[in-house]
Amino acid sequence: MKKFFFKVWAFYYEGFREMTLGRVLWLIILVKLFLMFVVLRIFFFPDFVNTHAEEGLEAQFVGEQLINRLAP
Amino acid sequence: MKESIDLALIDWSRAQFALTAIYHWLFVPLTLGLAVIMGVMETLYYKSKDEFWKRTARFWMKLFGINFAIGVATGLILEFEFGTNWSNYSWFVGDIFGAPLAIEGILAFFMEATFIAVMFFGWNKVSRGFHLASTWLTGLGATISAWWILVANAWMQYPVGMEFNPDTVRNEMVDFWAVATSPVAVNKFFHTVISSWVLGAAFVIGVSAWYLWKRREQRFALESMKIAAAVGLFAAVITAWTGDQSGYHVAQHQPMKLAAMEALYEGQKGASLVAIGILNRTENGEIDPEKPLMAEIEIPNMLSVLAYRDKDSYVPGINNLLQGGFTLPDGSVALSAQEKMERGKQAIAALGAYREAKKNQDETRAAAELKILRENMPYFGYGYIREPGDLVPNVALSFYAFRVMVGLGAYLILFFGGVLFLSWRKRLTGMRWMQWVAMLTVPLAYLASQAGWVVAECGRQPWAIQDLMPVNAAISSLETSSVQTTFFIFLFLFTVLLVAEIRIMMKAIVTGPEKDVETA
Repeated sequence: MKKFFFKVWAFYYEGFREMTLGRVLWLIILVKLFLMFVVLRIFFFPDFVNTHAEEGLEAQFVGEQLINRLAP
Repeated sequence: MKESIDLALIDWSRAQFALTAIYHWLFVPLTLGLAVIMGVMETLYYKSKDEFWKRTARFWMKLFGINFAIGVATGLILEFEFGTNWSNYSWFVGDIFGAPLAIEGILAFFMEATFIAVMFFGWNKVSRGFHLASTWLTGLGATISAWWILVANAWMQYPVGMEFNPDTVRNEMVDFWAVATSPVAVNKFFHTVISSWVLGAAFVIGVSAWYLWKRREQRFALESMKIAAAVGLFAAVITAWTGDQSGYHVAQHQPMKLAAMEALYEGQKGASLVAIGILNRTENGEIDPEKPLMAEIEIPNMLSVLAYRDKDSYVPGINNLLQGGFTLPDGSVALSAQEKMERGKQAIAALGAYREAKKNQDETRAAAELKILRENMPYFGYGYIREPGDLVPNVALSFYAFRVMVGLGAYLILFFGGVLFLSWRKRLTGMRWMQWVAMLTVPLAYLASQAGWVVAECGRQPWAIQDLMPVNAAISSLETSSVQTTFFIFLFLFTVLLVAEIRIMMKAIVTGPEKDVETA
């Protein structure tokens, strides 16, 4: 079992080590994920219901939103 | 207290969602399409042991890898938008969306992340058979991911398998298989995924044509074109067939979308399909409902056949759908928009009264209100519609996008047939004009693919969920300026990604397939 995990680790290690174009692509992926999850998610895309409704009262909050928007 | 939603907020939020979806969809179809073509090429290597096929497969895998890396996770931004901009919708759909997207996330991670590593790192390290299996499983993983996303999308167009719970204000899944295998979901999956093979095939032919035009890599280019043309022709024909099925489903479940796609204002028996047409606008710029087309070439009875599989069947127009009173295929009489709006208002009022009664522990009244809510639930969303005209989507956009999609689809069938024939006759090398046609077909394939989504998504407006929730109820009460800010952030971010993709890919194409290519 230990040998198997070592072989898997060595497979990925060598794969990443031998990358050329892949290094650039991984850099793009990491920058993109950082921007998405650290910048956009936290500062621009909070969960609206969670930030506007009290904990446990989310259904009441959305219910009020939907009922109050009834067309005149 | 009545709450009024700013129209600008709705428009900017829709524009932001459309922008994100359009950019995301630049990457996805190429991933799905290239996966099949490189799988075929590696299969040829596995069977022939000819190193040529290994090099060929590795080259297209490299382009696949670039596209995959740049496109990966761009779809997650859509989920951010659900939670922030469309929070009522996000809450209302409940686990209907949660379950498919969770399955998609797990599958995407385990299948794609595992097998894509073997595909790129495993040459000469694992057996040829295991490597081939990993290549196909990478494509299968991406395809299965697409399945669950498309199930979620199909549910918005044709909501089934759920029951609305007024206590939680959520739809709860009561029949997973009804959601996962609804006819709309199944057909949407095949139409979308196989049309992506069309795009992948057009891309491979276009890139290969560039090599022929540059008079280099001739064997590689010709063999790639042959395989891509065969895959593309098969896929384009199946896409046309599943497109016909889509038209049938739209007629059954979203008749207003069909009427908008055809600019059909007055219903007809034995209705014709407009093959080519120009919309007729009045002086104020609106489409003239009396004479919506100024010039057209029609296919007689074809719209009736498409919609109801009967050349003499009645297809309702926009005015008929608003006025109601016509006989539906099941023999019942169609309600007018006004009647649906009244029933929708009753449903929403009953929801409010039910929740109030529950709060006051008045179970008798709660039961009575629940009965009213259940009876009127199919029209729930109509209660948010202010006037019947709001139920009509953008006719010009739906009409022209549909013609772009179908027209280019027909062109692509001819194109792939032509490339296959010329490839068989070994005439592609000397036909310089055909090489240009092939290169110019790449953007046309993208245009067709995007036009398909425009028809599907713009044609179903104003609905976020068909008949149950229009966009003005689905949206969060945000500041319009904050949506504008994130719109431009995304525009910048996605444009940077797209430019990076094009630059890296162009560099890889110019380098070309190597005798002994590097590890990706």
